[in-house]
Amino acid sequence: MSISLANLTRSYGAARAVDDLSAEIPAGCFFTVLGPSGCGKSTLLRLIAGLEPLDQGRIALEGRAVAGPGLHLPPETRGVGVVFQSYALWPHMDVLGNVAFPIEAAGVRRTAARAEAAAHLDSVALTAFAQRRPADLSGGQRQRVALARCLAARARIVLMDEPLANLDPHLRAAMEEEMAAFHARAGATTLFITHDQREAMALSDLVAVMRAGRFEQIAAPQDLHDRPATAFVAGFIGRGVVLDVTVTEASPNRAKVRLPNGQALEVRATGTARPGMGQVLLRPTDLRAGGDGHPATVLSAAYRGDHWEARVALPGLPPLTVTLPQRVTVAEDLPLALCGGWLLPATAPL
Amino acid sequence: MPSDTGAAPARRSGLRSLSGEPVLLAALALVALVLFVVPLGAVVRLALFATGGGVDAFVTALSSRSVQRALWHSLESSALSAALATLVGGGLGLLIGLGDMRGRVALSFAILMLMMIPAHVTAIAWMQMLGPSSVLLNALGIAAAPGTTNPLYSRQGVIALLALQQVPIVYLTLRAALRALPRDLAEAARVAGASPLRLISRVILPLTFPALLAGYALAFVSALGNFGVPALLGIPGRYVTLPVLMWQRLASSGPSVLADLAVLACLIGALALLAVLAQMRVLRRLSVALIGPPQQSLRLTLGRARPWVEAAVWLLLALTVLAPFLAMLATALVPTYGVPLRPDTATLRHFHEVIFTQAVTARAFANSAGLALAAGTIVAGLALGLGALMRGRFGSGARGVATLAELAYAVPGLVISVAFIIAFIKPLPGLGISLYGTHWIILAAYLSAFLAMGLKPVSVAYAALDPALQDAARVSGAGFWRRLWRIDAPLIAPAAASGAVLVMLTAWNEVTLSAILWTRGTETLGTVIFNYEDGGYSTLASAMSVISVLATLALMLALHRIGRGLPPGIIPWRD
Repeated sequence: MSISLANLTRSYGAARAVDDLSAEIPAGCFFTVLGPSGCGKSTLLRLIAGLEPLDQGRIALEGRAVAGPGLHLPPETRGVGVVFQSYALWPHMDVLGNVAFPIEAAGVRRTAARAEAAAHLDSVALTAFAQRRPADLSGGQRQRVALARCLAARARIVLMDEPLANLDPHLRAAMEEEMAAFHARAGATTLFITHDQREAMALSDLVAVMRAGRFEQIAAPQDLHDRPATAFVAGFIGRGVVLDVTVTEASPNRAKVRLPNGQALEVRATGTARPGMGQVLLRPTDLRAGGDGHPATVLSAAYRGDHWEARVALPGLPPLTVTLPQRVTVAEDLPLALCGGWLLPATAPL
Repeated sequence: MPSDTGAAPARRSGLRSLSGEPVLLAALALVALVLFVVPLGAVVRLALFATGGGVDAFVTALSSRSVQRALWHSLESSALSAALATLVGGGLGLLIGLGDMRGRVALSFAILMLMMIPAHVTAIAWMQMLGPSSVLLNALGIAAAPGTTNPLYSRQGVIALLALQQVPIVYLTLRAALRALPRDLAEAARVAGASPLRLISRVILPLTFPALLAGYALAFVSALGNFGVPALLGIPGRYVTLPVLMWQRLASSGPSVLADLAVLACLIGALALLAVLAQMRVLRRLSVALIGPPQQSLRLTLGRARPWVEAAVWLLLALTVLAPFLAMLATALVPTYGVPLRPDTATLRHFHEVIFTQAVTARAFANSAGLALAAGTIVAGLALGLGALMRGRFGSGARGVATLAELAYAVPGLVISVAFIIAFIKPLPGLGISLYGTHWIILAAYLSAFLAMGLKPVSVAYAALDPALQDAARVSGAGFWRRLWRIDAPLIAPAAASGAVLVMLTAWNEVTLSAILWTRGTETLGTVIFNYEDGGYSTLASAMSVISVLATLALMLALHRIGRGLPPGIIPWRD
């Protein structure tokens, strides 16, 4: 394992920013930590980098223990690269000086370090800007300098703290591609912090959804969407509604449930589903409008670019979200059929 | 919590990075010991615990008529001059801080001159302007008759000139408070229908009252420690304050009265600290939490009154800054004191004499320049190190040193110099030589008294730095010394340089510390000017004062240039 986290805890006063968190991140993985603001994801990054001391737990990087009881290697000896949200480019050095700094810190003389840095600058296509100051660059260019500085450190582990948050939306899409290319080129294990699920879905091999200092679920992006482990993950990722149901019959990977309005529905499930109380996630794709559905009333409708999205009321159920190819108006009645769902596992697998 | 010292050896940057912070903290703690703990501790020990010291010594001192009178004069002159300064400085602060006057930076610069020109030079300049042989008053035909006493040699004279010196302190405090005031508050009052006068009386004054109070307390403490004004005006006017009394006793009896002086030093030091503590308490109770970020400050239009207000303020500054300087220049240019200044009488003889002929004046220029340069540079270096430690894991240790520096800054200068004599008059253990009588003791006293002044802009600049810049250097593998040298030093340099120039200005101009510490060979500019004026050589004293004021002006302009692009709050007169 490239990054091994065991029972990490870090408190600020009474608040536990990171609470008994464990995870194993394989080498070369693009691992994203996704969570709402204040969930402790930035603290987790700072713990791994060594910028914060641990209260409890152990961290090993590339098989080397770097933090644990009685042990705290300072950040300068951990050999990780960090891309900061503000990029943290040193304003008094030119672009080349910024990239050369980690090489100098490793003991290379300044002129040799600058020569080596030039190659890294070339790999992010910024050679023409070598003599510029960071203040004279655009946001995307600063981002690329920060990436080049990471490359120059030859880090096997790269930590990124919401590196795209300060870019405007259309630049963000372009930088996403660059991030993916950077990961492929460097081959380093990447831990990427974000609150933007679209970014997480597009870039990651594995996504960890974090809440209140713990990981709720670690899974590949599509699994996270289709097979969420908890109601929080189900609500946080994508759109959909979680209903309390009664499981009437359970076979491996399928289950029959009764909805609060008495309607029966067959849904996907884990192999361990058991009859009894349960929760079902209904995504918009589990609902189909038209045909022989039950009559539902449109509560609100909004145009989302290539489809319409409506909140609709079925008698006896909380409002559901459905996507429609054509315009609907508020208070309109429309037939709605339920054709699937996901039965949340009774207990989180973590 | 795991220890932060790192059990495993560093892989990339060697052991140096691990020992960096503790080593620097130990060095700075040693410096603090020598600059603050040993001297101030020596005063307290001598006053309280030496034979003949303790409560009895204080009772004896306080039952002396001269001490009683000096204590009363100190309190009276400080309290009244601070009140006057609050009135004038507060008024100027409101006008310039809220009004739409033109040239606000130039106005602030001119107001700051009141503070930057040292007390003894101010006193000399005003004595020349208002004395019987005043060029200005004679030209207007209203000068006092020759032979009459200068009207400034009085209680009123001392209080008026002390007040003038403290005006910038209150002005700066109020301007800072006005800048921190969210603009919405004032705009909400305007929208609610308040006239500008009601806005000021009901919204702005209540919100800035704590700042005015703080300004009053700072002015009080500053006046309490002032030596130049009461020494030059109060001695002939028989209005002796506590610092002057201490100086007189040392000058007349020599170091044999040190125990006596320690008691007086404790007395005045305790007064100053009490005033500072009271101010802090009151501030905490009074301050209202302001909601909303500070924005560009409010500008009230003065309308058609603007040219008149501007003219009045500039006239006031011309009368208080320029006119005394010109009077002093006139005195420096006449062949002997009392001769009227005309084209045929004007001479540069005195300038020639103080620069080229007199050994003592040349030595004083060299000593003061060297001491100021050394003090400024060393303070900048110490501040850089302290600031770097303050945000790290040794923050509490570094903040302790900073608190000691603040303490020494609040204590009147004469207490510091008495403390250094008491602590270092005896030969240093092991070396067998005494620091007393050398340049080193003066330099050490400067460092002790002025470190806080140089530390402030540096800590402001450190606080304004994005902490990620440090973090980025750490994860790039840079150890403590490399970060300090390659990241912090270049980024903090402008602020550190501003702090250094502020310290140089103060050291170049001071007389309070060296008045007691100087000996033959270590005269400073301040002591020589003071001694010339005290001895009746007004023309020579004026010539030296003119040169020192011009040098001060040059340093301030240099500071103005350095200040471009620095975070606000570092250069006092910049917006």
